[in-house]
Amino acid sequence: MTGAAPSPQFKRRAQAALADAELQRALRIVEVNFIARRSEAVERLPEFEALRDAARDIKNHTLTHLDLYLEEYERRVTEQGGQVHYAVTAEDARQIILDICRRLRANIATKGKTMVGEEIGLNEFLANFAVTPVETDLGEYIVQLRHEQPSHIIAPAVHLTKAQIAADFRRAHRHLPPERDLAEPEALLSEARAVLREKFLAADIGITGANFLVAETGTAIIVTNEGNGDLTQTLPKAHIVLASIEKLVPTLEDAAQLLRVLARSATGQEMAVYTTLATGPRRADDPDGPAEYHVVILDNGRSAMLGSPLRDMLRCIRCGACLNHCPVYHAVGGHAYGSVYPGPMGAVLTPSLIGIDKAAELPNASTFCGRCEDVCPVRIPLPRLMRFWREREFEQHLSPAGVRAGLRTWAFFAKRPRLYGLATGIAAPVLALIGRWRGRFRWLPLAGGWTRHRDFPSPQGATFQARWKRR
Amino acid sequence: MAGPRVGLLVTCLVDFIRPSVGFAAVKLLEDAGCTVVVPRQACCGQPAFNSGDRASARAIAEQVIAAFAPCDFVVTPSGSCGGMLRVHYPELFQGDPHWQARAEAFAAKSYELTSFLVEVLGVTHSVARYHGTVTYHDACSGLRELGVKAQPRRLLATVEGLRLAEMADADVCCGFGGTFCVKYPEISNAIVGKKTANVVASGAGTLLAGDLGCLMNIAGKLAREGSSVEVRHVVEVLAGMTDAAAIAAPARRRPKAAE
Repeated sequence: MTGAAPSPQFKRRAQAALADAELQRALRIVEVNFIARRSEAVERLPEFEALRDAARDIKNHTLTHLDLYLEEYERRVTEQGGQVHYAVTAEDARQIILDICRRLRANIATKGKTMVGEEIGLNEFLANFAVTPVETDLGEYIVQLRHEQPSHIIAPAVHLTKAQIAADFRRAHRHLPPERDLAEPEALLSEARAVLREKFLAADIGITGANFLVAETGTAIIVTNEGNGDLTQTLPKAHIVLASIEKLVPTLEDAAQLLRVLARSATGQEMAVYTTLATGPRRADDPDGPAEYHVVILDNGRSAMLGSPLRDMLRCIRCGACLNHCPVYHAVGGHAYGSVYPGPMGAVLTPSLIGIDKAAELPNASTFCGRCEDVCPVRIPLPRLMRFWREREFEQHLSPAGVRAGLRTWAFFAKRPRLYGLATGIAAPVLALIGRWRGRFRWLPLAGGWTRHRDFPSPQGATFQARWKRR
Repeated sequence: MAGPRVGLLVTCLVDFIRPSVGFAAVKLLEDAGCTVVVPRQACCGQPAFNSGDRASARAIAEQVIAAFAPCDFVVTPSGSCGGMLRVHYPELFQGDPHWQARAEAFAAKSYELTSFLVEVLGVTHSVARYHGTVTYHDACSGLRELGVKAQPRRLLATVEGLRLAEMADADVCCGFGGTFCVKYPEISNAIVGKKTANVVASGAGTLLAGDLGCLMNIAGKLAREGSSVEVRHVVEVLAGMTDAAAIAAPARRRPKAAE
């Protein structure tokens, strides 16, 4: 994954995010609009809960027979004149793509939105080898201009306000009249469109991700709201689909079922504006399309998840609903996580990809409120999987020494109720003696994190169990 | 005829911080005809479970299961501890030939208090009086693991003099999260700040919820903000036992909503 090791920085980045007023303003969009739109979309569809079950079952079935469906998919792609490349690691995937670019002497590669591309750090890599990557999704284009990573898996620039984006456009698009009006989102969109149009025509290669790979037909499906994906994959000489192994689904019918929960969970739309199916290179009687068609299928640690409880995570269809409903994400935004996959799904997936030793903070950055699991269209038990990682962290002695010591002391007493009763029987009245008059403490030893922001309620006096004995 | 023998898992927070909630729970159970017993107890093990210390969580769970073995039911005034008993104990012992069945049987007889009153005992009315407008926070574990939402509201609706004013985002986390508020106090603070804003905007004079952890968090924040909103556990109101000072409120002040 690109960037520095994410996790040890989480706390520091989170604090900076909390102090960033502009970011906090931008994040309200997620907390208010995304949630309201999803809930309206769900209410309009009485069978939504049944669809979630069906979506979960389709993904589970596919994962059980993943080897067969991968073979079938490859066979179909090959029949259609395309080529499937398997990449075990991120490095493999980058190299495969670079080799194609070099063979075709590509200078410019347009890109549809691909989170797997972010995962393998594709843009930076291609740029190092003189292939200029151009993001064509508006949000991705904006974060590329800013040399940032996406902060959300479906809304890459959701951490920015309109005013910030307008300023970026003025800085980047120097050839346009400086007095132009960029107040409305539509103005930003049409400016990006105009700039990108030239890139589309100049591109040698188009790289897209895939929402689904359909084994039955060898089709890659992408959903977009801007139509940029269509131009990315039809105009250049070659189209490269970059996708991870869990994007497989058996049939078009299965993909259609999953599409019904995807957009509703993501943006509250019934369908995304564009749902585009790409099956192989241009055929003789096609009016357009790429001469070459490649699919790079990335593993990068995923097949190791198949035999563990983390397998449930491979059902993920990247809708972003768990981010949208996460109180921690609302508070700190996506960049704080330092991973291309933020929020609850990232807290589970990132340690699988880079190791729990490098990402231990992420599965801890959850209140376990359970809202993510509640809205997940494929019913991934996200809190349970975050707990799975916390257990690995604990086993490997990765948790901070202070936390471990506190937990050990507490557990020592909690396992010995008689001793626990003695200790709390003394402590509660003592604390109450000091705090009862005011009813609260403004400061308590060892509770600085709490009392920095909140008062700590005073105990009432003797413990319940001590009083109960006297009853 | 003797009613069911109910073991009260009072929760470590109620035991230590707010025994009056435990006595209110006892009153509600006894009024409904139960015989209440309180086996010696410390904690349900949730802090260890959520910190990845599965071995400690199991050791504590085994002890709780054994201590409550003689009880017909195990009832707790907390959705979070209730979720631990009902949902996570069976998970902890999954595949254990010796303990799995015991954990499942234990889970099946364990309840969060308001759901036990409404769903098992068929309680439909509270005889309590409480003059004032309250708002209710749905604590996460109770809401999402146990489906506690309608039960406390149904009982509150029968409390004489009480008016419920729902706040915005009543079902959104308060930022407590057990050890979360210790590990990430700043994030926790940002989340609880949104909660207290919603509490205040509801116009209610009292905030109620079914989990003392969340209540301490919200009460502590409201107190720091200088708010006059009183914070209580819902069972105190349902049992008509609101003489004790509200959570984080000074001992001398008479609760304004009490008669």
